[in-house]
Amino acid sequence: MKRFLFRRILQLIPTLFIVAIIVFFITRMLPGNPAAVMLGPQASAEDIAAYSEQLGLNEPLHRQFFDYLGNLVKFDFGNSLSYNQPIADLIMERFPNTVILAISALIIAVIIGVPAGILAAKKQNTFLDYFITTFSLVGVSMPIFWLGVMLALYFSVNLGWLPSTGMGSLDNGLWDFLSHLILPSIALATIPTAQFARIIRSSMLETISHDYIKTARSKGLREFIVINKHALKNALTPLLTVMGLQFSNLLGGAVLTETIFSWPGMGLLIVNAIEKRDFVVVQNTVIFIAVIYVVINLIVDVLYKVVNPKINLDSDKGGA
Amino acid sequence: MSESILNVKNLQVEFKSGSIITRAVNGVSFALNKNENIGIVGESGSGKSVTATSILRLIPSSSAKITGGEIILNGRDLLKLSNREMRKVRGNEISMIFQDPSTSLNPVFTVGNQLIETIRAHKKLTKKEAKQRAIELLELVGIPAPEKRINMYPHEFSGGMRQRVMIAIALACDPKILIADEPTTALDVTVQAQILNLMKDLQEKLDMSIIMITHDLGVVWEMCDQILVMYAGRVVESAKVEDLYHNPLHPYTWGLLESQITESQDSHAPLASIPGSPPDLSYEIKGCPFVDRCPYAQDICHNEAPKLIEPTEGHAVACHFQTETEKLERRENAYINGDTIRS
Ligand SMILES: Nc1ncnc2c1ncn2[C@@H]1O[C@H](COP(=O)(O)OP(=O)(O)OP(=O)(O)O)[C@@H](O)[C@H]1O
Ligand code: SF4
Ligand SMILES: [Mg+2]
Repeated sequence: MKRFLFRRILQLIPTLFIVAIIVFFITRMLPGNPAAVMLGPQASAEDIAAYSEQLGLNEPLHRQFFDYLGNLVKFDFGNSLSYNQPIADLIMERFPNTVILAISALIIAVIIGVPAGILAAKKQNTFLDYFITTFSLVGVSMPIFWLGVMLALYFSVNLGWLPSTGMGSLDNGLWDFLSHLILPSIALATIPTAQFARIIRSSMLETISHDYIKTARSKGLREFIVINKHALKNALTPLLTVMGLQFSNLLGGAVLTETIFSWPGMGLLIVNAIEKRDFVVVQNTVIFIAVIYVVINLIVDVLYKVVNPKINLDSDKGGA
Repeated sequence: MSESILNVKNLQVEFKSGSIITRAVNGVSFALNKNENIGIVGESGSGKSVTATSILRLIPSSSAKITGGEIILNGRDLLKLSNREMRKVRGNEISMIFQDPSTSLNPVFTVGNQLIETIRAHKKLTKKEAKQRAIELLELVGIPAPEKRINMYPHEFSGGMRQRVMIAIALACDPKILIADEPTTALDVTVQAQILNLMKDLQEKLDMSIIMITHDLGVVWEMCDQILVMYAGRVVESAKVEDLYHNPLHPYTWGLLESQITESQDSHAPLASIPGSPPDLSYEIKGCPFVDRCPYAQDICHNEAPKLIEPTEGHAVACHFQTETEKLERRENAYINGDTIRS
């Protein structure tokens, strides 16, 4: 376990380095001078030139890059000029909001997707199975932007039941908090729900054909236990993989969903920072998200071990 | 006379795949006596496993169906029980162990967990009492340091030890009948003997009866009182083991005995040194199912299915030619063809 963690942390370094390179150069490819964008259309040419100088934009590109790397190594995220506050604060303010949205979407996906997948597998080739399979096929290919807009239009504009923008606060009561959360969570949960249902269905079908399921039945166990204990635990490994991927995706900030519902999370932060050409914010937010990705993957690998005792994390074969 | 505890009567099992119906078991009958073991032999695909799993009603419900017959246990027809009642039979009155212990134990639960859940499914014991019982069971089947082993996972055991664990699970609730479907085929030769000895010991100690499915006639001679020879989903011969050994009546049985002699070096060898292959069970078989491979076949064999008859008390055979002269003639031929069957 220790060796495993050590190896994984070492692997983190080249990953982050590559991410840093990519995001640095992509942001530089955006059209428009950041100084000009930030100062607005009224700014004079001299102001813009002076501001560019102050931002270090006149330095050669490689100098800018190494300065940026140097700061990263020192864990110095720097300041955001457009928000006028330290970027670390900015991230810490937004990240919990993204976590809330991601967790609630994941909960919905697990609560609906997993039982649906189990049911479809148990009733293979029945109407129920076809129904669930069709729905999950539609679900995984759902355009989230469209779905989000439809949800907002119907439930908040037409029916007026739920707010369609912003985040509620617990200070205004539980309902204020939940009501703001519902629509974006549903939009965000759609694809993972469908994906979980599909994964669980196919891995359950595979698992149910194993001998140990026949053994479980031959012992006189109830069918409920045979399915939900003996088969399910074996079927969880592939689910864990997609769950980890989905969760790190969600934590990276659901850019579309957060934009549609003006949810003040990481996704919206990046979008706004790009609009304002606030490169440092974009770069450091993306780096932060990359770290989260790696950490989640690490947790998933440790969970594999919990689900499947055969996996030995310290051997080279393990964890795959 | 010994008292029978399980009576299988005219069992019929079909597999359905699209419009193709395979009659995997076609009118199998036998009786299992108290404290006796019955051996079921026959080449691959003859319906041994399907017969055995049908007794516990564990054939895949999506593709297979028991279409006829009775399975009488203690005066009840198992085929008429509700699912709930059937669950109380499984693992409690009748248990089963399978061929490959490396796939028949669940890899993600400890052996203790798998034992304890079986005990608690049938007996009202606390977790602690069940755990105590589980340790005793592991000890009973000869697993050293059971208090420690109980918390280990199947992959931490050797093949032989895993099969011992399976046996412990099967015996958890003192069943009166143990069905063993080729319990040693997947094991090393040295381990095979140990497992068979263990089963024999336990059978005597625990007063149970074993249905032993095997490819190895040696196992039958060693362990069983009765033998059932299956071919193409039917019983072609059944008898007391000594009777069959000394006086086999069916040409297929002769072939089996002969192949056992010539291949006794390798107990894994299939019993298929008889030339030809069994008939396709998805077609109606009009005459004797063995006719294509039988050196003694006559016209009648093609047109009329031989009934299972009992020329002598307790020894049944399904072959048209059972008068003394007919048998003698054929045996003589067999000696000439195959040098000796046995001496
Ligand atoms: N899952 C299945 N689907 C379709 N047909 C099956 C299935 N299982 C068994 N059968 C049919 O039933 C017949 C008998 O199979 P069974 O497994 O009982 O043979 P067996 O005597 O146990 O053979 P072996 O010695 O190889 O274990 C087979 O020939 C096959 O046609
Ligand atoms: S009935 Fe005919 S074909 Fe069948 S075993 Fe007897 S002699 Fe052979
Ligand atoms: Mg078999």
